[in-house]
Amino acid sequence: MSLASAVEVAAGVKDGTVSARAVLEEHLGRIERHEGQVHAFNTVTADRARAAAEAVDAAVTSGRDPGPLAGVPVALKDNLCTRGVPTTCSSRILEGWIPPYDATVVSRLQAAGAVIVGKTNLDEFAMGSSTENSAFGPTRNPHDLDRVPGGSSGGSAAAVAAGFAALGLGSDTGGSIRQPAALCGVVGAKPTYGLVSRYGLVAFASSLDQIGPFARSVADAALLLDVIAGPDPADSTSFREPPPRASERLGAGVEGLRVGIVTELTDAEGISADVVERTREAADALSAAGAKVDEVSVPAAVYGLSAYYLIAPAEASSNLARYDGVRYGLRASGSKDITDMYLRTRSAGFGAEVKRRIMLGTYALSAGYYDAYYGKAQQVRTLIIRDFETAYRDFDVLLGPTAPGTAFPLGAKTQDPLTMYLNDVCTIPSNLAGHPAISVPFGTGADGLPAGVQILAPALGEVVMFQVAAVLEAAAPDLPVPQLIRSEVAR
Amino acid sequence: MSPMPTRISSDEVAHVARLARLSLTQEELDRFTAQLGAVLEHARDVEALDTAGVPPTAHPLPLENVFREDEAGPCLDRAEVLAQAPAVEDERFRVPRILGVTP
Amino acid sequence: MTAADASGRRAENASGRRAGNASGRRAGWEVVVGLEVHAELRTRTKLFCACPNSFGDEPNTNVCPVCLGLPGSLPVINRAAVEFAMRIGTALNCRVQPSLFHRKNYFYPDMPKDYQISQYDIPINADGWLELPSGRRIGIERAHMEEDTGKTTHMGGGGRIHDAAHSLVDYNRAGVPLVEIVSAPDIRSADEARAYVDELRAILVATGASDGKMEEGSLRVDANVSVRHAGSSEYGTRCEVKNMNSLRSLGRAIEYEAQRQIEVLTEGGSIVQETRHWDEGAGRTGSMRSKEEAYDYRYFPEPDLVPVNPSQAWISEVSSSLPVLPAARRDAVAAASGIPAGDDSVVTVVRLDLDRYVEAVRSAGGPDGAETVAVRRLANEVASQLESLEHLSEESFASLVAMETEGSLTPAQSRTVLKELLESGGDPRAVASRLGFEALAAGALSEIVDQVVAEYPDEWARFAGGEDKLMGFFAGHIRSRSGGNADMKEASALLRSRRG
Repeated sequence: MSLASAVEVAAGVKDGTVSARAVLEEHLGRIERHEGQVHAFNTVTADRARAAAEAVDAAVTSGRDPGPLAGVPVALKDNLCTRGVPTTCSSRILEGWIPPYDATVVSRLQAAGAVIVGKTNLDEFAMGSSTENSAFGPTRNPHDLDRVPGGSSGGSAAAVAAGFAALGLGSDTGGSIRQPAALCGVVGAKPTYGLVSRYGLVAFASSLDQIGPFARSVADAALLLDVIAGPDPADSTSFREPPPRASERLGAGVEGLRVGIVTELTDAEGISADVVERTREAADALSAAGAKVDEVSVPAAVYGLSAYYLIAPAEASSNLARYDGVRYGLRASGSKDITDMYLRTRSAGFGAEVKRRIMLGTYALSAGYYDAYYGKAQQVRTLIIRDFETAYRDFDVLLGPTAPGTAFPLGAKTQDPLTMYLNDVCTIPSNLAGHPAISVPFGTGADGLPAGVQILAPALGEVVMFQVAAVLEAAAPDLPVPQLIRSEVAR
Repeated sequence: MSPMPTRISSDEVAHVARLARLSLTQEELDRFTAQLGAVLEHARDVEALDTAGVPPTAHPLPLENVFREDEAGPCLDRAEVLAQAPAVEDERFRVPRILGVTP
Repeated sequence: MTAADASGRRAENASGRRAGNASGRRAGWEVVVGLEVHAELRTRTKLFCACPNSFGDEPNTNVCPVCLGLPGSLPVINRAAVEFAMRIGTALNCRVQPSLFHRKNYFYPDMPKDYQISQYDIPINADGWLELPSGRRIGIERAHMEEDTGKTTHMGGGGRIHDAAHSLVDYNRAGVPLVEIVSAPDIRSADEARAYVDELRAILVATGASDGKMEEGSLRVDANVSVRHAGSSEYGTRCEVKNMNSLRSLGRAIEYEAQRQIEVLTEGGSIVQETRHWDEGAGRTGSMRSKEEAYDYRYFPEPDLVPVNPSQAWISEVSSSLPVLPAARRDAVAAASGIPAGDDSVVTVVRLDLDRYVEAVRSAGGPDGAETVAVRRLANEVASQLESLEHLSEESFASLVAMETEGSLTPAQSRTVLKELLESGGDPRAVASRLGFEALAAGALSEIVDQVVAEYPDEWARFAGGEDKLMGFFAGHIRSRSGGNADMKEASALLRSRRG
């Protein structure tokens, strides 16, 4: 058997060819066999999933529309609130916390007939690029179990790559969907800021966070995005108008479209030669398919990393203040007064990377430093947006690498935070601008591990972005089946 | 606007840790001071940019005036909420004594 | 005396002075006060979520992910709260402008997110003023929106925070919309501070935005108090005083704090800028100084909200929908009655919403000066009988006032009829008639005076010669001759003018 796509599963379940329950059991079987080695999940919700699958089958039997994701197994990053199911953000401070409400995207998935199989591992509070910052142990890359899956949404990326789920949801603040997608050889997209409701996404950096899809195909990713996108009265930062449909022009090709290779991304600090090669090959493929390809400069993009590491921690330092032991989560016992309780709870509950970013952010906002740090970074943001606007006058979409290299070994980059931060250099500018971007697998590195290439589009440009991504996907070399499940899955 | 200082001192790290209600061991203080210093040093390139007259972007969205109407909606079930609380007394959240930290 | 005796004497004198009257000690010093008033808005739901804005419900029943600050929750602004804020700003003559919300970051258990969503350097209302009945204008720097905190109850130690063993938190109030009104430091006495709060409260109630009840906590006042030498233009170091739960406490606390600061400075010390807590029982302010350094709130724009930019049309609509405000009502009463707007009687009449009776008198037409009489009666007799107001219709009041103004009733008779109307209603003419109060015909009093004078020529000669105590003799006869219907003031005046 091969790994079925979400589109195929939904169609098959809907027309009765296959039962949602059978599809689920196949996935649960893979989880049972391989999850021990991968550790993609913090919680597998087998019983709930079975009940959901049965409900879908019942709907189909009684002639009701089961929804566009009927019976499709979906893995959710463990920073998405799920009522009655632990939501930990892979942190000790929320270990065992059970939300009393569902995130909006979760409700939309359920209404669409999706079957949620579990909550996936992440870097603690979404801070990291390797999932090694999880308080519950890292996730391993299904292509090579000694290597990282990327982060922060490493668990969802690995779950989709390993066939534990057909679709995944992650969150992307500085590249946390796209980078693990590239490292795990799957499709991962960050929508336009405001396209998908953040209600129920545990906040990291509020002006940058977006929820987005993981899938094994561009069409599957588009299907999922179309289900979760759209206005939400519960999120003041979500667009009020109906969203563009990502699936709208998947088969339209790229004839006449203008594609710009962003030189600041291909020339970025630490980018490996084979990743640059893959990017050029991707450009050639688009050219061969009829696109007009050229190079373009987005000058302020080089300041993205610095601006991001001032803005994101600043917002995070405030968003994470609520974890204080008062209302939920961990509380250090035996505290002599409330300040003591705050100090001991937060020190015990947060890992090193989270503490580092909280302190960095607190500093950037503090009296006397606000203008020089946070204030200045917000101005840099404006410059990046302006440079993108200039580029988009001459180009429809932009192209670049997703990550500087392929999956690196566990422990290889944990010594120095700055080394880890460089993983985000190609992905961060889109978050700062609020623009959509998608990573599509495109060949491998010299080491045989998956490489990803990024398409960037202007705000609300999902239609053209997916349109181009579909062509890239078709032109891409065959995807390696992860080592882990190679014996089970034929191509 | 004052220029960014090159390093952050361990006193400053201790100060922000306190503001953020984090207590650090001496080892952590030393390690974090070095690491934060390195990140801030890297961020100096932002200083090179001329941003005179450039408005800050607090939001990539062009939205304004997003409101809801003044109509009551469902509240949470108190039992479900308090079940998650570390300490409860009299249907309220119980905390250790507060000792003069009112801002 | 010994040094110990001397310092002991100083200490005694100090406490004696503190206990005594304020004004004498103030010579050479000026007290400067700015007030921060928090008003709870009368919306149905909270500022950022749909939980009921309701007082007195079971703890932690009016909560949701948003006002509990649960992970993943997001705020959405209540339009009615914005409208109320605009009404308040407009009523205070502020500029209503585009604004942002900011986060104010600090840790405290009554704050679910450990930050408060408030407004910082770009508030919705700025640069207004409020006019006191005395005519003095107090500047309003800003009136901004923010969310309220939960309520903490301190257990053990008599309910006071310092001795408590632990505390309990109820988040029903967390997220309730507030408008914080910050005055300029233009207030110059405790009395003026009380007048400011009184006037502000009346304005808030008039706009409908708040019910302004200090004792219930829907209106909270903090005072920034400093002192300086009279005539100086420099501001002294100020202290913030909190925990005053009534107008009376406000006045006492300001008096105490001003005096405390004057004494410190007089003895050569300096004022530490700090927050002080008013202790109503002990009658003093105490330092709330904690081990923390000065608070760094690390304000930054709230990224979960977008800017508020009211349209010109909305602003105009708010402005034109405001009712007549207290100052304008006082002016109207002043114009109708000729009594100055700042006079206690006018202030009382408007504060107690009795000016509709003045308006009734004015629109009934009738004799000149009726409105003046009306104000007097309202301020003196009616003000103390508010619970009986339902018996007093505007028509019967107007009718009674007309009778008194034209002389059909003496003031004393009018007061008696009014008392009767308040007790049991009715028509003033019928009541007057039943009580036997009849108008003396125009020259009737003069005739009676002539008669009495003629009947007692010896006493008259003595009175005319300067024996003033005979006034009572003549007054008594005049009164009984007129069956009690004479206006005795007028009678006395006639007697005096008769004797020359």
